[in-house]
Amino acid sequence: MTALLEKYEPVIGLEVHVQLLTQSKAFCGCSTRFGAPPNSQTCPVCLGLPGALPVLNRRAVELGVKASLALNCEVRGVSGFARKNYFYPDLPKGYQISQYDQPLAEHGWIDIREGGAPKRIGITRLHLEDDAGKSVHDGFGDSAKRSYVDLNRSGTPLAEIVTEPDMRGSNEAHEFLTRLKEILLYLEVSDCNMEEGSLRCDANVSVRLRGAEKLGTKAEVKNLNSFRFLKQALDYEIDRQIAVLESGGTIHQETRLWNTAEQRTIGMRSKEQAHDYRYFPEPDLAPLVVGDAWREEIRATIPELPEARRARFIASYGMTEYNAGVLTSSKAIAHYFEEAAKSSGDARAAANWVMGDVLGQLNTAGKTIEASPVSAPALGELLKLQSSGAISGKIAKHVFLKMFETGRGAREIVDSESLAQISDTAALEKIVAEVIAASPKQVEQYKGGKTTVIGFLVGQVMKATRGQANPAAVNELLRKALE
Amino acid sequence: MSSLPKTIDAVRAALAAKQMSARELAQAALINAEATDTNICAFLTFSPERALAAADRVDASLARGEKLGALAGVPVAIKDVIVTKGLRTTCGSKILEHYVPPYDATAVEKLEAAGAVIIGKTNCDEFAMGSSTENSGFFPTRNPRDLSRVPGGSSGGSAAAVAAGMCVAALGTDTGGSIRQPASFCGTVGMMGTYGRVSRYGLAAFASSLDHIGPFTNNVKDCATVMGVISGRDPMDSTSAAVDVPDYVTLLGKNLHGIKIGVPREYFAEGLDAEVGAAVERGIDTLRKLGAEIREIHLAHTRYAVATYYLIATAEASSNLARYDGVRYTSRGPQAGTLAEMYRSTRGAGFGQEVKRRIMLGTYALSAGYYDAYYLKAQKVRTLIARDFEEAFRHVDLIVTPVSPFPAFKLGEKAADPLEMYLSDIYTITASLAGIPGLSVPCGETQARLSIGMQMLAKHFDEGRLLAAAHAFETASTAERRQ
Repeated sequence: MTALLEKYEPVIGLEVHVQLLTQSKAFCGCSTRFGAPPNSQTCPVCLGLPGALPVLNRRAVELGVKASLALNCEVRGVSGFARKNYFYPDLPKGYQISQYDQPLAEHGWIDIREGGAPKRIGITRLHLEDDAGKSVHDGFGDSAKRSYVDLNRSGTPLAEIVTEPDMRGSNEAHEFLTRLKEILLYLEVSDCNMEEGSLRCDANVSVRLRGAEKLGTKAEVKNLNSFRFLKQALDYEIDRQIAVLESGGTIHQETRLWNTAEQRTIGMRSKEQAHDYRYFPEPDLAPLVVGDAWREEIRATIPELPEARRARFIASYGMTEYNAGVLTSSKAIAHYFEEAAKSSGDARAAANWVMGDVLGQLNTAGKTIEASPVSAPALGELLKLQSSGAISGKIAKHVFLKMFETGRGAREIVDSESLAQISDTAALEKIVAEVIAASPKQVEQYKGGKTTVIGFLVGQVMKATRGQANPAAVNELLRKALE
Repeated sequence: MSSLPKTIDAVRAALAAKQMSARELAQAALINAEATDTNICAFLTFSPERALAAADRVDASLARGEKLGALAGVPVAIKDVIVTKGLRTTCGSKILEHYVPPYDATAVEKLEAAGAVIIGKTNCDEFAMGSSTENSGFFPTRNPRDLSRVPGGSSGGSAAAVAAGMCVAALGTDTGGSIRQPASFCGTVGMMGTYGRVSRYGLAAFASSLDHIGPFTNNVKDCATVMGVISGRDPMDSTSAAVDVPDYVTLLGKNLHGIKIGVPREYFAEGLDAEVGAAVERGIDTLRKLGAEIREIHLAHTRYAVATYYLIATAEASSNLARYDGVRYTSRGPQAGTLAEMYRSTRGAGFGQEVKRRIMLGTYALSAGYYDAYYLKAQKVRTLIARDFEEAFRHVDLIVTPVSPFPAFKLGEKAADPLEMYLSDIYTITASLAGIPGLSVPCGETQARLSIGMQMLAKHFDEGRLLAAAHAFETASTAERRQ
């Protein structure tokens, strides 16, 4: 296949559906909470009852505009809703309210980095729409005969983000989706939870001979509901299309479904069988006006985005690109690191601790950084104790574990367990004298020129102080006493 | 039962004089309506429990000496395309024969809040599609003036119920003339406000951009009272207008000096019944005598109105009626083995001929490849028709025309020719397309004693002037007829 990939170039565009993080649905006041009992979060509007009318959720528009701006799109001053008509049992109105020829935003891009060089991926459009309900085909006693419909999801606000056919392989598509998800999470416009369906991805895939300008015939691949499936399905589909062309066949425009169990894409419907959605302007909703003032008000709420934050971390903390990547992989981690760096006054130590012990312990405990038992200021306090010499590095690790287990503060643990280093010369001199008196043989050896034996003596002092003596001070005092 | 009050003032007077309680009035109205209805067939459902509960609330209010609502104790009927909580709402269709809505339309809520007593739901053409009420899925309604004739449509049940004295007021809906034409056929006042004046929330949609709710009453003052109650911005309807509602009743009683009234010659051409034409001309004379200045105007695009209307209305209907699919509340068809069978069987058995015809027309008009030639073109012509009115209203305050080219016709007379039926909407649909308010006020009778209505139209949100002029006309023409 590698040889064939030198001959053929894959061309990929993505259509990403993102559930917007609103309290209520796109066109009614029902809750969008996931996991409620079936059909409990419904009303005449999202049930499509006779006479019910949609009223647009302002918050959904704000989140859509926020995402559009962060994706460098131009937001239309006036956009419009349209009806997309088709019959399906989980679509109670018989149409989806979407945006068609007047989307919320257009002409955006994001930069990705795949294999070193940065690459710009065009965003064709971002538009708002409402989600359908969910058909449940199994899990019931009579599932062989019946399907059930849960309309809790019906009317949930979605943003659909459509890219240009700018990706040239599954790695780029994977990288694009990773960056997109990261941006959306930073913006807090979606939780991007793929298992719960709040981030869904379809791909348009074609292949062409390298150097050819004309695009090949595409297939739309659906059901790519994890990053892994996206990559597997794209690789499969690219190979399939190349194989068809190599054997002298032609690609037909069609919709294909990724089947995880069989690890292949399966034809679902051809172009001829494609729905005619009979789009027309939604007469129940007025045109959506996003004026300059509102748009700029929303723009002001956009936080520093991951790409900018990585650049800043590298510049102002002098960290490597890799470390900057880890520490900005989520907004919460970046925030945690910066707070710990600030309160400890030692960014380098904070970076090492966050990437090491903090993320390690969280990972072991299966917790997110938001739920960390050790807060960023608490970590900062610990780091200060260490840098001031009050506790040793070894003790610090011990204290961190205690903090993580109990949620108590570093100072509290150090005090209650009497873990502070003893740097008090008078106290240490007494212990040093005792150790020298009790170790005549080693003293003899030292004086005979075997100075490495001092390590044993230091160990004795440390043992007597249960590790709390400042090793540097002990060394100094021993040498003085023996000479 | 001639003792039953026929106007809102008469109800108010009877209650104030303690001639009867609201409960007694409601009971008498129900007994009278049920008896009268054996000949007229105006009602699909009576609602005695709901009526008596509302009447009891009025009596309790009276007993406490509270100020009564504008419609306290007034027996009203509701067209069956307007939903009523807990009260069967069929839309005149077999497909909703057993449907009981879980919520009230906003207009219904407002009526009841003003003290109205809902005695039942009235018959209509199925989903308001028709001009004779012969397209009801249940039975035709008869014209109280001549039982061999239709009451008009689609709100024929509401018009007949008011005309026959079965209730004092009724709500109808008007998409292309469905209030004004039956008002004309039955000899009542019937009005459609500016598009957006009355909330559509709870009106089972036929053509969303054209649908209105409006009243039938026995005189203009009652029409003003009911319009005042049901008008106003509704947060549940995004297309309802945030324009203040004046107290229409206090605007009545003015003369017509200085008022300029336009008469479009296109509306008095070929096809207009001679008796109808003469009655409207006499009406125009009356207006002139009242001090109005009569001017000839032109509405140049009138001849395209029927085609335009039937493209837009059917396109929207094809989408609006998709929800009646057999999945949830719709009566499911007998063959429902597969999904496609369920759809076909449910809609095949549930919808009548006219509804199916319009769904087919509308689906075709929105189909890929035809959209631009039909739907989009129709929208452009709609704009031209609206501009005709804008231009005319720069020169005149009101426009007067016939309502229908002919008086009430015999049952079955036009049922065989849908196109002839469509063409009879010619005088009413232009105002529907332009979104301006209009009403029908009785202006005379044929020799066969069939009623004739005169249509009066005003500019957007000028309902106050429209009602005042209609009131002045009604007062003068009643006096003329007495002479």
